[in-house]
Amino acid sequence: MSMETSSELAPRFGDFGGRYIPEVLVAAHEELEEAYIKARNDTTFNEELAELGRHYVGRPTPLYFAQRLTQEVGGARLWLKREDLAHTGAHKINNALGQALLAKRLDKPRIIAETGAGQHGVATATVCAMLGLECVVYMGTEDIRRQSLNVFRMKMLGAEVVPVDSGNCTLKDAINEAMRDWVTNVRTTHYLIGSAIGPHPFPTMVRDFQSVIGREARTQMLEQAGRLPEVAVACVGGGSNAIGLFHPFVEDPVRLIGVEAAGEGLSVPGRNAATLVAGSPGVLHGTHTYLLQDEAGQILETHSISAGLDYPGVGPEHSWLKTSGRAEYIAADDKEALAGFKRLTQSEGIIPALEPAHAIHAAVRLAEEVGEGGDILIGLSGRGDKDMHTVAEALGVTL
Amino acid sequence: MSKRLRARFAQTKREGRAAFVAYVMAGFPDPDHTVPLLLGLEEGGADVIELGIPFTDPLADGATIQHANEVAVSAGITFADCLEMVQEARAQGLSAPLVLMGYENPLLAYGEKQAAADAAAAGADGFIVVDLPPDEASTFRQACEEQDVSFVPLIAPTTAEKRMKTITSAANSFIYCVSVTGTTGQRAELPPSIGELVTTIRRYTELPIAVGFGVSTRDQVAEVGSVAEGVIVGSAIISAIEAGTVDGCVERVRSYVERVTGRSVDKS
Repeated sequence: MSMETSSELAPRFGDFGGRYIPEVLVAAHEELEEAYIKARNDTTFNEELAELGRHYVGRPTPLYFAQRLTQEVGGARLWLKREDLAHTGAHKINNALGQALLAKRLDKPRIIAETGAGQHGVATATVCAMLGLECVVYMGTEDIRRQSLNVFRMKMLGAEVVPVDSGNCTLKDAINEAMRDWVTNVRTTHYLIGSAIGPHPFPTMVRDFQSVIGREARTQMLEQAGRLPEVAVACVGGGSNAIGLFHPFVEDPVRLIGVEAAGEGLSVPGRNAATLVAGSPGVLHGTHTYLLQDEAGQILETHSISAGLDYPGVGPEHSWLKTSGRAEYIAADDKEALAGFKRLTQSEGIIPALEPAHAIHAAVRLAEEVGEGGDILIGLSGRGDKDMHTVAEALGVTL
Repeated sequence: MSKRLRARFAQTKREGRAAFVAYVMAGFPDPDHTVPLLLGLEEGGADVIELGIPFTDPLADGATIQHANEVAVSAGITFADCLEMVQEARAQGLSAPLVLMGYENPLLAYGEKQAAADAAAAGADGFIVVDLPPDEASTFRQACEEQDVSFVPLIAPTTAEKRMKTITSAANSFIYCVSVTGTTGQRAELPPSIGELVTTIRRYTELPIAVGFGVSTRDQVAEVGSVAEGVIVGSAIISAIEAGTVDGCVERVRSYVERVTGRSVDKS
């Protein structure tokens, strides 16, 4: 692991980020920031993380040239960064592992987490089982319904899954409830946030832990394609896999494109989750960032076929990449995600999660624009086993 | 005006008692009852009033106040509506100092400067913004200062002593001391360390300290009132509003306040 060495971390990305939190949590964030700065400069910590990355997570994950998909689509070569092959089936484990090791350093024996699709919950429950930490996962009842298999996995791994039935009963509400737990148990508990969202230092820390995706992919592109891609594309909910993929390419002449969930359409407020495309800046969950909100500053309900993108906020670094013009953000709706899902499954024998299926769809569209001889790098953030019920339901198939 | 808050705390100090600070949520149980509730609180003996600004994601609140937020948000109550309610209550004779309490995003959406200016014009005296620690509040604090409305900072049991000076220097009327590490809501017992926390804060400020979170019974009000200059009650008042018919909510709240402040004989 090569992380930049520094004695302090910037709390903001341009105008975005910061630490908008109840006073009771300030001390915990200061303590976490201090511990993280120490850890990122500590060879022992970085070696332990890299070692577990290799032998526990299965890193580096492959970069796969999707030859049939490329031929079928016609245009740029399509490459998949296979985070679906990481242990537990998604990129979430990279961050869960890093933060859990940090929690051990902080002497906090109890871990809480929120989960939407369940992938972060499973990743957290997994590393907690491996490190012997107590684990409580907050999950909206709507997501519990959609992702019952992941709920069972978490329970098998020894985690307690707490149903949250406030608000929309999805990810946002699970985060609220996890925050309430943390406010109450902050002295013994680390809140292992699952995306590059939340108060400083979470967005920076989660991005650093996820940047292993982009660092590997950059090296692999140079080795396997002999060049950097024209475009790197990834789905964006909170945006941790996208920021992890993008960050190592920020200084390169590579277009960065984030794909949000347009749900049932961008014109229907409350029925999409395209925060950067359709939202405006505000403060939610401790950070200043783009939000889906009404004129009075109330947070809108969201919808996406993929539970992992069903969130009205976004990581503050993405807000900055958008306003600074360094990255572009577009949206794919539920139907387009399903099309991407089917396309990759049937052309390559790889079943993607519905989240990266949004990115697949966008990449297929971009292939023509970039053209033959060009390369598109796609973040395949997770595998689709967890989504088979949802897909069957959407296709009208009874299992 | 900050002055109205300072004067009220000075008055209760002269009277040798702690100020009773009462919280209600704008638009709960419905928009029509908010002004009567504000007046009822004052009649029952509230010295200072906190009016909650509804928000969809009240992450520092327990179940009771969460529910009040949900009801008020569903009724479409915005920050602008809160200000109209304050103005109407003042027109109907409310004289107690009133502090608006809520979360940052509705204020940001309204415009922080405009929020401070319009609050002052409506007759509000200050703001408590749960997720806006002084470190992130420079714009809003300046706006408050310009309008002479008070920015009331919070101190929690986990606040490091080295932060207390920064926090207390952001205050100009009173300090909101959070009694417990936790969300708002009634508790059977308060932590014995409240007195210690108040004593520690007092080393950094001469301003009055009001303690909230978890206070509901007459005994707890008396207990907290013996160590601090103000006692804040929120969830218990929301519960009183909910404990019967909507029409009877003002009367229930008034008698609850009379009871816990000791102005009437405890019937329970």
